[in-house]
Amino acid sequence: MILAQSQRPFVDWSWIVGHLDDIWARTTEHVTLTGIALVVGLVISMGLSLLAIRYRVTYQPITWFTGVLYTVPSLALFAFLVPFTGLSILTAEIGLVSYTLLILIRNIVAGIDGVSPAVLEAALGMGYTSRRAFWEVQLPLAIPVMVAGLRVASVTTVGLVTVTSLIGQGGYGAFILRGLRRDFLTEILVGTLLSIVLAVVLDFVFLYLERRTAPWAHRRVA
Amino acid sequence: MTDAMIRLEHVSKTFPGGAAPAVGDLSFEVPEGEILVLVGPSGCGKTTTLKMINRIVEPTSGRIWVAGTNAIEAEPHLLRRQIGYVIQQTGLFPHRTIAQNIATVPRLLGWDRFKIDERVVELIDLVGLDAQMSDRYPAELSGGQQQRVGVARALAADPPVLLMDEPFGAVDPIVRTRLQIELLGLQARVRKTIVFVTHDIDEAIQLGDRVAILNVGGVLEQIGPPEEILREPVNDFVAEFLGTDRGLKRLSLIPIHAVDLDPGPVVAPGTSLHDARSMAERYDVDWVGVGKGADLLGWLYLTELESLRVVPAEGLRRFRTRLDTSATLKEALDAIVSSRAKVAAVFDGDRYLGMLTADRISDEITQ
Repeated sequence: MILAQSQRPFVDWSWIVGHLDDIWARTTEHVTLTGIALVVGLVISMGLSLLAIRYRVTYQPITWFTGVLYTVPSLALFAFLVPFTGLSILTAEIGLVSYTLLILIRNIVAGIDGVSPAVLEAALGMGYTSRRAFWEVQLPLAIPVMVAGLRVASVTTVGLVTVTSLIGQGGYGAFILRGLRRDFLTEILVGTLLSIVLAVVLDFVFLYLERRTAPWAHRRVA
Repeated sequence: MTDAMIRLEHVSKTFPGGAAPAVGDLSFEVPEGEILVLVGPSGCGKTTTLKMINRIVEPTSGRIWVAGTNAIEAEPHLLRRQIGYVIQQTGLFPHRTIAQNIATVPRLLGWDRFKIDERVVELIDLVGLDAQMSDRYPAELSGGQQQRVGVARALAADPPVLLMDEPFGAVDPIVRTRLQIELLGLQARVRKTIVFVTHDIDEAIQLGDRVAILNVGGVLEQIGPPEEILREPVNDFVAEFLGTDRGLKRLSLIPIHAVDLDPGPVVAPGTSLHDARSMAERYDVDWVGVGKGADLLGWLYLTELESLRVVPAEGLRRFRTRLDTSATLKEALDAIVSSRAKVAAVFDGDRYLGMLTADRISDEITQ
């Protein structure tokens, strides 16, 4: 195998040039899988967080349950789901979404809890209803902590998407899987590096969004 | 109901799990345009009392009226839009600009944008902030500036009532003094009915038209104008709370124009040594002032007069502290103890009005 590798060029550029269409298709797939997972994960997390904030007793069970989900090995989870949902996007997304929940819920709740009690008291004292104070004061103030959670979740998800190649999805993971089977380093490298690049790009996108939606969090006395 | 802007009747509050009530059975009223300061040691329920007025804390029993409405029966969020609220930590919204913070209640009340913008500009000016600050975020302002924004925000919808919970407790003493003076200046213009909570008796005395001294459990020990409380504390608790320098504190409340001034041992230039000496004897001092009518020129020691035969009009010692009639007796006393002649000369502009001595001030507060 070492011999075989040394005979081939380290990176086979002609393969890359010949597979640009394929790479673009996998990029779209990877971004889609990641995007759906984050959006659905955020919606579910927001719902569960609202529940946890409104009824504190539910917070412990919610983190316990999502914590268990988080610890299940991804491979085992997909294997478990396939008999029910097949080799489908749905199977992939159930897994991907599950892994975002713990991080997102913890950060949403921490973000809301982190809002100064004085600020909330002032809001209520000036005549906000508690519902309106939540949406217009507490939630916007939780954005920096929530986005911090989204950044971690997005990096994790981009990595996990490659694993879904085992159930016929996978975005860049398909390159890695095929490259491993064919012992073709170029394909493995393309899948791995692009996955890393996507994670970094997403991280910057969230960083930018956070600066745009919470400019106040970055200004201090000059 | 009554003419009072705020009225509490037999109000009590027992917190869940609390053995004794935080506030027992409290009644008082605040007439329109008055600053009432609630003051007392920690645990006296002053903040709880304040927060029951806008129902941040729900009273356990009793009745509360604010501006003619029954506060207990009102919808809390609607009631609160009629009541300005300022708290120690300012509670400014970090994610909103200064202008947006100030616009909070007008926005809740559904004012139109132009009216809100106009009002914000007016308020920024009213509390002495720079118009350029309106687009900044609270974190970009100093503590004192933030507190001014807090006051502007509370005044935004021109509520008849203002509740202030230790608003100047978190700023340094110099800024605090300035904010206190500003508040009084502001109050002279806006004439709100203010309930102000503090643990600082000096702040209470300076700001209050009346001061309510509370004891642990929300027991009202004494309520009245600060001067009256200082003069006649009703019991040992109040006396102890006021402190051992009660007399001095009273002096800071009495303006010079409220007391009769003495013409002082003043003689005209050209007066003979003999006459100057008998004038000094009458006042039991070793010096004489020199002046003509309302024009006080200076003073000199009798020993300095020995070599001259008559009182001169030149080469005199200056009265270094010239007090205005709006100064307080405390300032007068300060001038007295730090002057060699042991008197404070009082002027109205350039016009000499008379003198104050330590004895005269002592008479004033012991009478």
